[in-house]
Amino acid sequence: MSRDQEILLNIADLDLTFPTAFGPLHAVRGVNIELIRGQALAVVGESGSGKTVTMKAVAGILPPNTKINRGSITFTYSNQEGLQKSTDLLSKGKRWMRRHINGKRIAMVFQDPVSSLNPTMSIGRQLTEGMIWHHKASKKEAWNRAIDLLEEVGIEDAPKWMKCYPHQLSGGMCQRVAIAIALSCQPELLICDEPTTALDVSIQEKMMDLIRRLQRKRGISVIYITHDLGAVARAADMIYVMYAGKIVEKGMTREVLYDPRHPYTWGLLLSMPDLNCENQRLYSIPGSPPTLLQESQGDAFSPRNRYAMIVDDKAEPPMFAITKTHAAATWLLDARAPKVEMPDELKKRLEGMKKEAGDSGRG
Amino acid sequence: MKSYMLKRVITACFTLLAITLVLFILMQLMPGSPFNDEKLSVEQRLSLYENYGLDQPVIVQFFRYLGKMLRGDFGVSYTISKNTPVMQLVQTRLPVSVRIGGAAVGLGAVLGLALGLVAALKKNTIWDAAATVISVIGVSVPSYVFALVLSYTLGFKLGWFPMLYRTKEALNSSVLPAVSLSMFTMASIARFTKTEMTEILESDYMLFAESRGIYGPALILHHALRNALFPLITVLAPLIVDLMTGSLVVEKIFSIPGVGSLLVSAIQSNDYNLVIALSFIYSAMYLGIMLAVDIFYGIIDPRVRLTRD
Repeated sequence: MSRDQEILLNIADLDLTFPTAFGPLHAVRGVNIELIRGQALAVVGESGSGKTVTMKAVAGILPPNTKINRGSITFTYSNQEGLQKSTDLLSKGKRWMRRHINGKRIAMVFQDPVSSLNPTMSIGRQLTEGMIWHHKASKKEAWNRAIDLLEEVGIEDAPKWMKCYPHQLSGGMCQRVAIAIALSCQPELLICDEPTTALDVSIQEKMMDLIRRLQRKRGISVIYITHDLGAVARAADMIYVMYAGKIVEKGMTREVLYDPRHPYTWGLLLSMPDLNCENQRLYSIPGSPPTLLQESQGDAFSPRNRYAMIVDDKAEPPMFAITKTHAAATWLLDARAPKVEMPDELKKRLEGMKKEAGDSGRG
Repeated sequence: MKSYMLKRVITACFTLLAITLVLFILMQLMPGSPFNDEKLSVEQRLSLYENYGLDQPVIVQFFRYLGKMLRGDFGVSYTISKNTPVMQLVQTRLPVSVRIGGAAVGLGAVLGLALGLVAALKKNTIWDAAATVISVIGVSVPSYVFALVLSYTLGFKLGWFPMLYRTKEALNSSVLPAVSLSMFTMASIARFTKTEMTEILESDYMLFAESRGIYGPALILHHALRNALFPLITVLAPLIVDLMTGSLVVEKIFSIPGVGSLLVSAIQSNDYNLVIALSFIYSAMYLGIMLAVDIFYGIIDPRVRLTRD
């Protein structure tokens, strides 16, 4: 690996359980994720697949009763003296995380922008708070920086909005403000938890463009948490598909999008709405994700998988490497498995997508 | 904002007017008269009626009284303290009740807030359980029981505080009544604060604040407490009036010369003017505090402030 391929974040074998009234909920089951500095990564999966929990672990904002069974989250950053330092975030206490990591090095943007802003604090105060808190900036200095930030996220007439309160802003503006707040202390990593889900469809694309632009301009790394593969197709360098607390497929974006290997990824891709869709009904993966209260034997996806084999109910598939970067956890990739191709409909659709991407790439 | 306030003040004035009218009619419906002395002859009684203008139709009496009231004259007492202006009686009594009630509200609010905060911040610990037990006791046990217990222990057994109110030791003798009166306020505020805070602590904006590295007192004070305080004011306001207007039983236990006991004697002896004056003051205080809370809300809560502009 070359020098510019430095690993910023390495989640290794992360395994978490929440105690609930119905018993322990095994939300994250041995997750491995690697993020290279400056890149964008997407964690894709249905609700309840453990993607948000994994990222909350990175940000150190898990509920206090979470039980960490095993694993590590190694984060590499430059400390005050400018030296590169790698730390296992899981070994650090809450206070240390708040003081050294949160806001300053890892920031997060949440799904619902309106409720993630404090209703009784002015936009200006929420924007300046972090700078005064972390960087001991003076009020005036922070205020001016905040106005620049608002302009950076595309809010016109920034000084006017500084004195406003969240309820006076539209959802899209709230999300822009939330992004500005998250970026106010120059984090190296921005985690976006479904940043467009709560927004109007018409501005989803704009929001993704904004985050992409900010990423490039600031040279930061971004992790997108989403259930929409299409939304991150252009934004992410790497895609991790998560199911039932596990990574089931990972790879470069074009590998996962154009050459998916896991039946679950096929399902996700097929269930994306598409303009060239010939079928009237939109595909949906049959069944629903398993409750993570019970430990399943074998592949957790097997009950919903139309290509499931006997072995799927017996043993958990390992990650089969396809290329150096691409891997999937399905027995279909085992040498002994029968040759199973992705559904024809998906094949056709991927051809279309590839062509479209090629066209827009040239244009 | 200005026109809104004006509207509210005018509404309050009309409400007071209506209350006064109802009070007047109720007075007439009360059995007996202020002059129930059996030794009085019919002629004497009639002459007394005439003297005080009580022989006139109710509506005439009402407007006469209203006219005088606007000039600050609430009439004279008929029975309790013959021919003394009612306001003079009230003036000596009301400050005592307001002082003790005010102390009770202040104490209850501060303790209740602290208790509620502890319960919410240390949820599902022994602290939370203790706070819950204290607030359940505070809500369910009437204030006179606390009064009796305090009076017996701290007053009689230990002798730290006087058991009966002494005008000369106003401060010292206000402690026990104020504490017993504050228990209910404390418990209600504690329960309310806990519920509000628990909800706020689980909100998205708290998580967002934490994800930016805000922690400790700054997180609680700037982000959580401010949001919990707004609804708290609404709960506190009626409690303020309840306590400031005096509690009859507690005033009786400690022999406090407050308005609570004055009102009861006034009703028992048909002292019309005194009953009307006291009831009017209660209503005026209630309306005044509610109005103040609404205006205060407008000043401190940006959401209210802006929708009214």
